[in-house]
Amino acid sequence: MTTSPRENGIVAGRLPDPVLQENFCDLHAPLDPHEAHVAADRCYFCHDAPCMTACPTSIDIPLFIRQIATGTQDAAAKTIFEQNILGGMCARVCPTETLCEEACVRETAEGQPVEIGRLQRYATDTVMAKGIHPFDRAEPTGRTVAVVGAGPAGLACAHRLAMLGHQVVVYEARPKSGGLNEYGIASYKSVENFAQKEVDWLLQIGGIEIRHEAKLGQHISLEGLQEDYDAVFLGMGLGAVNALGLDDAKVGVADAVDFIAELRQSSDLSKMPIGRRVVVIGGGMTAVDAAVQAKLLGAEEVTIAYRRGKEAMAASAFEQKLAASKGVRILYNVVPIGVTGNGSLTGVTLAYTESVEGKLVLTDDTFTLPADQLFRAIGQTLSAAPRGLEFEKGKIKVDAAGHTSAPGVWAGGDCASGGDDLTVTAVAEGRDAAMNIHTVLMGGK
Amino acid sequence: MADLTTNFLGISSPNPFWLASAPPTDKEYNVRRAFEAGWGGVVWKTLGMEGPPVVNVNGPRYGAIHGADRRLLALNNLELITDRPLEVNLEEMTRVKKDYPDRALIASVMVPCEEAAWKEILPRIAETGCDGFELNFGCPHGMAERGMGSAVGQVPEYIEMVARWCKEATDLPVIVKLTPNITNVLYPAEAAKRGGADAVSLINTINSITSVDLDSMAPEPTIDGKGTHGGMCGPAVKPIALNMVAEIARNPETRDLPISGIGGVTTWRDAAEFMVLGAGNVQVCTAAMTYGFKVVQEMISGLSQWMDEKGYTSTSDFIGSAVPNVTDWQYLNLNHVTKARISQDDCIKCGRCYAACEDTSHQAITMSEDRVFEVQDDECVACNLCVNVCPVENCITMETLPAGAVDERTGKIVSGDYANWTTHPNNPSATAAE
Ligand SMILES: Cc1cc2nc3c(=O)[nH]c(=O)nc-3n(C[C@H](O)[C@H](O)[C@H](O)COP(=O)(O)OP(=O)(O)OC[C@H]3O[C@@H](n4cnc5c(N)ncnc54)[C@H](O)[C@@H]3O)c2cc1C
Ligand SMILES: Cc1cc2nc3c(=O)[nH]c(=O)nc-3n(C[C@H](O)[C@H](O)[C@H](O)COP(=O)(O)O)c2cc1C
Ligand code: SF4
Repeated sequence: MTTSPRENGIVAGRLPDPVLQENFCDLHAPLDPHEAHVAADRCYFCHDAPCMTACPTSIDIPLFIRQIATGTQDAAAKTIFEQNILGGMCARVCPTETLCEEACVRETAEGQPVEIGRLQRYATDTVMAKGIHPFDRAEPTGRTVAVVGAGPAGLACAHRLAMLGHQVVVYEARPKSGGLNEYGIASYKSVENFAQKEVDWLLQIGGIEIRHEAKLGQHISLEGLQEDYDAVFLGMGLGAVNALGLDDAKVGVADAVDFIAELRQSSDLSKMPIGRRVVVIGGGMTAVDAAVQAKLLGAEEVTIAYRRGKEAMAASAFEQKLAASKGVRILYNVVPIGVTGNGSLTGVTLAYTESVEGKLVLTDDTFTLPADQLFRAIGQTLSAAPRGLEFEKGKIKVDAAGHTSAPGVWAGGDCASGGDDLTVTAVAEGRDAAMNIHTVLMGGK
Repeated sequence: MADLTTNFLGISSPNPFWLASAPPTDKEYNVRRAFEAGWGGVVWKTLGMEGPPVVNVNGPRYGAIHGADRRLLALNNLELITDRPLEVNLEEMTRVKKDYPDRALIASVMVPCEEAAWKEILPRIAETGCDGFELNFGCPHGMAERGMGSAVGQVPEYIEMVARWCKEATDLPVIVKLTPNITNVLYPAEAAKRGGADAVSLINTINSITSVDLDSMAPEPTIDGKGTHGGMCGPAVKPIALNMVAEIARNPETRDLPISGIGGVTTWRDAAEFMVLGAGNVQVCTAAMTYGFKVVQEMISGLSQWMDEKGYTSTSDFIGSAVPNVTDWQYLNLNHVTKARISQDDCIKCGRCYAACEDTSHQAITMSEDRVFEVQDDECVACNLCVNVCPVENCITMETLPAGAVDERTGKIVSGDYANWTTHPNNPSATAAE
């Protein structure tokens, strides 16, 4: 039985099951061989290709596309995985419109880039479906490394270290591996349990042990890890969510990331409760993902309220369009100043903002949106950062090689300074830290 | 990953991909970068006599044919042999060979058709440490007019004579590079063998005019209002080269003569095709000129993936594997009956198969009001045209009728026996089957 979409409050089953299934299927369907061939044929095999420079993991894009064009997907996938072991996930979640595809010369020529993301998925899917893991471990080095966090940064670091012959133990606070790949990425970007399959596939390299529900700061300490291992890599992401400073405890007010995580872990979407009128505060990928998924669950009205203008929004133009196409309304230049409702939320009061000498100020122009659910998506911060490290803008300070201020401790991904908070950046930083750890452990500088 | 190490005439190279003698191999700077990019060997840009260097035109020297999306299908050039002094080339070759002992370095040579000229220059070049010689009897322009290049390559007696002089002048392997601008490639190939050549390489470029400027009324590339024929190469010449390689590989007189396959090699698959037709390795020019040296990486990864899939551990496992299956028309099995099959799931309803078959073949495809295209077995002669013109790969395929099935076109039962034209009743000179 489904609840009426017009029912007030936060209830489950607003849409019939088949509609939910349809709503949450793959955002971009995989390419079939014919489509892949046509798409691959468009690549010019540019010299020192701009797409490659734009990719944070520097995948040799022209080469892998040429390998697809010549019918050797295995070789193509290997080209991808050599640089980015999570190339499968990145093919699904990378905002390619602001990375490789934006740089594609055919974007310049025709406004129509080569479909790099989908081609990458075509190659990586082919190989992963065969269960092939294209790398072998080097001879054991006898060195051990502790990795904290089994998200993209931690996994990329662990894989590279294991490949180079080191023994790796990953400490992960949650019951499952994958980090935000498992708990954060929008459902329609990673369907059919892909995140877990990818982790299993990655672990085929051998030499990596993952200990779940082992939390740094609770079950283990940085000092302990420094003592027990030859090196430590911190890749614990950003655990805490910024508060709005309103009545954050009111029923109906929640963190967008928690909502998304619950949704990702739900085995039955018809049991996933959602408000009739949902307001999301924020302007990034998390805000868009929460808003779109709220809409797909059957919320009647979904509004993203963002404090600055369209051009300042962290979510890309593609994502803003995606939200609009799903019926999400985006309000720009508004800030929540209060919530209404006795016990449960009934509305959100917002004020228009203005930029005065570069500073954002509230105007007297206010209005109240009816709402039974409000999601905070105004950014995440480092939670329970270990002591003894230096920080920069709220993140663990690292140098170009990923080394922190503490001896023998590296960090990468969202928890570390520098780089965008993207899956692909986390992979690049994890991999590069591993290379530097390797150099140091093997006696280099 | 499969081991691509290839031995050609006792010359070992880490893979069978050599750069052909042409601009990519014109100088030390290029060749070093080519080796860094992974090329297994190079045939240095053709060296000529000592003396005043060769002079090239100073206008455009290349023309091109493009396919859809401006894909380069062929180049045409009117370039001559190296225009740099012999001594400079020799010094550079010596340095490069010393730094890359594991790569093949072959010297391409073209000097006038005089015994003394060849016998004088080969020992000098051998001092560079090069692994062998390639005699350029192929250049179709500029040098031919001076009695060199294809002017020699078109006369088997000259080929034999020069090959013999060269074999007398050096202990290093001698490869004769053949021109395709002849009537039958077996004559020059056999001549090379008679002259004692260790191998042939083919093809050099094909005489061509790629296009004409309809305003200036001159062939392109146009130099001050005039043009001349150039030599064509690139993907478009591959079929011509493959046939010539196969002809030499299966000819009783030349079948044991090693072949270096050249002409349009652009991907690993092109290389594999040359090699299964008997080429011991391949040489590449246009693909490098179009995509840069890095293009070899796809050739290497592709060939090794294919070898792994097939279980080949060495290139020698498959070199020549397809040669036994190249035959003459009269030996093709006339009892082998196939019919075109259109996959309705894959069909995008463009109607090209219909137009082709209806207008130019056998009216064996029907088109319904709602654009469903179907093969009529009673008309289909299995010409393959629909397969060839269909834009969707594998949408139209050929199905072999099993023995015992009825061929609806002829009404005859398909025989499982092999029968060819030599014994066919319609053949006036048919010989009895037994
Ligand atoms: C909702 C949402 C949607 C997103 N969508 C996209 C997208 O579409 N594309 C994109 O490129 N990026 C997206 N991102 C960003 C991307 O997910 C992150 O940049 C990326 O996951 C960072 O990887 P990481 O390994 O640094 O951290 P995380 O993925 O956060 O992984 C950190 C891991 O460490 C564990 N951990 C945390 N603390 C401890 C501790 N004390 N002890 C042990 N383990 C601990 C966590 O449980 C987690 O498994 C999104 C982010 C969010 C929040
Ligand atoms: C610009 C140009 C110059 C060439 N010069 C030579 C040469 O000096 N000597 C020679 O033997 N072949 C020469 N060739 C022919 C090539 O070596 C090769 O045989 C031919 O291009 C076919 O191979 P491809 O299709 O891979 O280009 C030249 C080709 C080109 C395009
Ligand atoms: S390729 Fe180089 S040398 Fe040739 S015309 Fe262009 S710029 Fe000049």
